[in-house]
Amino acid sequence: MNFPWLTTLLVLPLVGALVVAVLPKASTLVRPVALGTSLLTLGVGIAALTQYQIGGGSGQFQLTEVHSWIPQFGVSYALGVDGISLTMILLALVLVPICLVAAWDDVPAVGRRQHLYFALMLALTSTIVGVFAAIDVFLFYIFFEVMLVPVYFLIGIFGGSRRARAATTFLLYSLAGGLIMLVAVIGVYLAGPRGADGFLLTNLAGLDLSVEAGRWLFLGFFIAFAIKAPMWPVHTWLPLAAEQSRPATSVLLVGVLDKVGTYGMIRFCLSLFPEASQWATPVVITLALISLFWGAFMAIGSTDILRLISYTSISHFGFIVLGIFAFTTVSHTGATLYMVNHGFTTAGLFLVAGMLIVRRGSRDLRDFGGWQRVTPLITGALLISGLSALSLPGLNSFVSEFLVIVGTFQRNAWLGLIATLGVILAAVYVLVMYRKVATGPRPEGLDVPDMTGREKWVVAPIIAAFLILGFFPKPVLEVLEPAVQHTLQSVGVNDPVPAVDTANAEGSGR
Amino acid sequence: MFVAPDINYLALMPLIIVFVGGLLGCLIEGFVRTELRYPVQLPLAVATLVLALVALVLLGQDNQGLTAVETVAFDGPALVLQGLILVLSIVGLLVMGERLGGGQPDAFTQSGASVPGSEEEALAVRVGATTTEVFPLTLLSVGGMMLFVAANDLLLLFIALEILSLPLYVLVGLARRRRLLSQEASLKYFLLGSFASAFFLFGAVLLYGFAGSMRFADIAAAVGTNVGMDALLVPGVLLITVGLLFKVGAVPFHAWTPDVYQGAPTPVTGFMAAVTKVAAFGAMLRVLYVALEGAALDWQPALAVVATLSMVVGALLAIVQTDVKRILAYSSIAHAGFILTGVIALSEVGISSTIFYLATYGFMTIPAFAIVFLVRSAGSEATHVDQWSGLAKRSPWLAAAFSFLLMAMAGIPLTSGFTGKFAVFSAAVSQGWAWLAVVGVLASAVTAYIYFKLIVVMYTGDRVGSTTVVSPSWMTSFAILFGVAVTLALGVMPAPMLELAQSAAAFVR
Repeated sequence: MNFPWLTTLLVLPLVGALVVAVLPKASTLVRPVALGTSLLTLGVGIAALTQYQIGGGSGQFQLTEVHSWIPQFGVSYALGVDGISLTMILLALVLVPICLVAAWDDVPAVGRRQHLYFALMLALTSTIVGVFAAIDVFLFYIFFEVMLVPVYFLIGIFGGSRRARAATTFLLYSLAGGLIMLVAVIGVYLAGPRGADGFLLTNLAGLDLSVEAGRWLFLGFFIAFAIKAPMWPVHTWLPLAAEQSRPATSVLLVGVLDKVGTYGMIRFCLSLFPEASQWATPVVITLALISLFWGAFMAIGSTDILRLISYTSISHFGFIVLGIFAFTTVSHTGATLYMVNHGFTTAGLFLVAGMLIVRRGSRDLRDFGGWQRVTPLITGALLISGLSALSLPGLNSFVSEFLVIVGTFQRNAWLGLIATLGVILAAVYVLVMYRKVATGPRPEGLDVPDMTGREKWVVAPIIAAFLILGFFPKPVLEVLEPAVQHTLQSVGVNDPVPAVDTANAEGSGR
Repeated sequence: MFVAPDINYLALMPLIIVFVGGLLGCLIEGFVRTELRYPVQLPLAVATLVLALVALVLLGQDNQGLTAVETVAFDGPALVLQGLILVLSIVGLLVMGERLGGGQPDAFTQSGASVPGSEEEALAVRVGATTTEVFPLTLLSVGGMMLFVAANDLLLLFIALEILSLPLYVLVGLARRRRLLSQEASLKYFLLGSFASAFFLFGAVLLYGFAGSMRFADIAAAVGTNVGMDALLVPGVLLITVGLLFKVGAVPFHAWTPDVYQGAPTPVTGFMAAVTKVAAFGAMLRVLYVALEGAALDWQPALAVVATLSMVVGALLAIVQTDVKRILAYSSIAHAGFILTGVIALSEVGISSTIFYLATYGFMTIPAFAIVFLVRSAGSEATHVDQWSGLAKRSPWLAAAFSFLLMAMAGIPLTSGFTGKFAVFSAAVSQGWAWLAVVGVLASAVTAYIYFKLIVVMYTGDRVGSTTVVSPSWMTSFAILFGVAVTLALGVMPAPMLELAQSAAAFVR
C-alpha cells in the first residue's frame, strides 16, 4: 500500500480550514494556523513530487488511488496525476501561502470574518487539488462544482462595493456551464463501458462513439471549460469578478481556477473526443484569436487596474487555447507551460496592484502617476511582473509564448503571424499601465510607505519564479512533455512535417 | 355471490397501527382535560409512528405481495415509500409539537373554528386555549398516505387520496399568524383539491369503462389487448394524471401551492411539502408503471411537457418572490418537475431514482421550514427576505444550517440534492430523454440563483432589525440536525440508500 499522497494533499487544507473555522472568536492564531497549513501542504506536495517518476511509471497516471465510491452510479474515488496535473497542483500549492501572506491584513478581525476568509481560502485549496487530481470524470465534476462555493463566498462576502452582482454573475455563468457539462458527463458514462467503475478516465479513453454523439458530448464539456477559461464571448464574468475580489482571491481565481478550463480541454475534450476536437478546431482557434485580441484591446482601454489585469488574462488564455488546439507537440507543451507561467505572472500583477490600491485607496489608473519616486520597490515589482506578462526574454512567459507561436507556425504560418501581433499588443497594455502608475512628476502630498517586510515576502518568491522559469524551464518541461505526448497520441495528430498547410487539412486528412 | 376476502393483516399492520393511533387521538381530544391533551397527544402520536415503523421493518419484508383481493400491493416500492413516509412524518411531527418553551406563541391558532377577529377567537386567546387536534389529524393523513402508495386499485387509490387530503385541508387553516390568510389558503386548497379529486374520479370511471375493472393488473391487461378503445383510455389516463399532478403541485396544476404553503402553519407546510410529495409520486409511479405502462406513448409526452413547465415556471417565478416561504413553495414546484423527469424514464432506474430524490427532498424540506418557523420578528414569523438580512451575525449556526440546505436544494455536489438530481437526470438521459435533462440542468442553474441570493442576504446584509431566532426545544433541534445530517450523508455516502432504492425497484403486478 503506497502512501496516499494526493488524498493527504486534499484533506490537509480541509482540516486546516475546519480548525481555523472553530478557533475562538478573539484568537490570534487564525492567520498563523492558516499559513502553517498551507506551507505544510506545500511541503507534502514537494514530497509527492519526489515520488513522481518523470516519464516513467506504469501507464498515464501516477500516485493513483482508486476506491469504489458510489458503485450504483459507476463512481470511484480515483485520484492520480500526470505531468500536467502535477504541475498545476504545485502551482496552486506555491501560490496559496503567498496569497495568505498577501491577505494578512486585508480582512479586519471583526467578529469571525477573518476566520471565514482564511478558512474559505484553505477550503478552496482543497478543491483545487481535487479538481486537478481527479481521474474519475464524476469526481472531477464534483470538485469542479464544489469549487464554486468557496469562491462565491470569497467574492460575495469579502469583495468590493458591487460584490453581490459580481458573485452572482460568476456563479450563474459557472453553474450554467457546469450543469451543461453534467449532461455530457452522464452521456459519457452511458456511452462507455458503464458498470461500477464506468467513470474512470482510463476506462473511458478511446470510446467508440458515433460521430454525432461525440460532437454533442464534446460541446457539453467545451462550453463549461470555455466559460471557466474564460474565452470570448463567455468571458464577461471575469473582469467583474476579478475587479470586485480581494487581490489574493483574484490570484487564485484567475491564476489557478481559470486553468481548470484549459486543463479540462486537454484532459477531457481532447482525450475523450479526439474526432470532435479536430472537427471543432477551426472554430476554437477563431475564438482563441478573438479572445487574444479582444482581451488585449480591452486591457488597453481599461482605467481600472484590476480590470486591466483581468483582461490581460483573457488575452493570455487566448494564447493558451491556441497552443492547445494547434495540435503540435511544441505548441501544446508551450500551452501547458504557459498555464504555469501565467499563474505566477497574474499573481505578481494582482498582488502588486493590491499594494498600490491599499496605499492610494483607489483602483483608478488616473489617480496614480509618478509613484516611481515614492515607492520604488513596489513600482519595480510592478514593472517586473509587467515585463513577465509581455514575455520579455529571460522571464518566464517568454519561453512558453515562444513555444506556442513556434508550434502554431509549424501548423499554419498565417496563424502564427496573427498570434505574434498579440505579443505586440501585450507590450502596449503593460507599458501603458506602468506609465500611468509610475512615471511622471512626483505626486504632491502623497506620503505612503514603500514595500513592507511582509510584502517583500509576498513578492520575492514570485519574482524568483519568474527568473527560474525564465532561465531554467527544462525541469518543468520534462515533467510536462510526456503528458503532452500522451494527449496528442490520443487525439491522433502527428506533428506536421515543415510547411504543411493548415490544421484543418491535417484534421480531415485522417 | 359474496366471498369474504382473504386479508394479510400482518402486512397491513403498520397501517392499522397508524389509523388506530389517529382514532385514539380523536378520543383523547374529546375526553381528556385541556391541559393534559398536549402531554398525552404528542407522545402518543410519535409512539404510534415509531411503532408503525418498527412493525413495517419487522413484518414488511416477509409479507410482500398482493392482498385484500389484489387491491393492496406490498412490494419493494410500497415498503420503502411507507418507511420514508413514516420517518419523515416523525421528523415533521416533532416540529409540529414545538411549543418554544411556552414563552413565544406557537404555530397553531387557539381556535381554528372561529372567524378571524371575532369575539370567540379573542376569548380563546385570552384563556390561552391550546390546540392539539393537529396530532390525530396528522396521523390520519399519514395513514392515508401509506395506503396511497400501496393501493393497487383505482377505487382504493381514490379513497386513500381523500383520507390523506381531508386532514390536510384542516391543518392548513390552523395557522395562528395571519388567520385570514390561513383560512383562505385552507379554502383554496380544499376547493382546488376537490376539483382534482373529481378529475381523478372521472378518469377512474373512464378507465373502468375501458377495462371493465379497477384493478391495476386488469387495466394493464386491457391496455395490451383492447385495441381501438383509445377514446376511453387516453382521456382516462390524462384525467387520472391530472389528479395526481395536482397533489405534487406540478405546473399547470400548481396554482394553489404558493398560497397554501404561505398560509399554512409553517410546521404543517414542511410536513405537507415533504410527505405529500412522497405519497403522490409513489402513487403516480404505481399507476403509470403497473397499470398504464402499455399506454406510455400517451402519457410520456404529456408528462414531459408538464415536467418542463414545472421546472421552468417554478424556477423563474421563484426569482421574483420576496417571501421565504413562497420561495420554498416555488422551488418545490421546480423540484416536482425534476422528480417527474425520473418518473418519465419508465424503467427500474426511473423508480429507484424517483424514490431516492423523494428521500433527499423530504429531508431537506422539513428542516428548512422548521428553520423558517424559528426566525421571528416581534413575536411572529419573519418571512420577508429583508428580515433575514444579516442573520448570520446573530445566529451563525442556524444560518449555516439553512445555507447548507439551500445548497442542497440548488444541487451543489456533496449534498443529497446533487445526488438526487444526478439520479433522475441520468435515468432520463439513459432512456433517451436527454433534452429533458438539459432543461432540468438549466432550470437548476436558475433556482441556484435564488438560493444563493438568500444565502448572501443572510451573510452580508447589515440590516439586522428586530429579527431574532428563538431557541427551540430539543424536538425541533433534533429535526433540523437530523435533516442536515441526512442531507450530508446522502451527498457524501449515498451508496446504501441507492442500494435500498434499487433493491426496491420492482412492482408486483
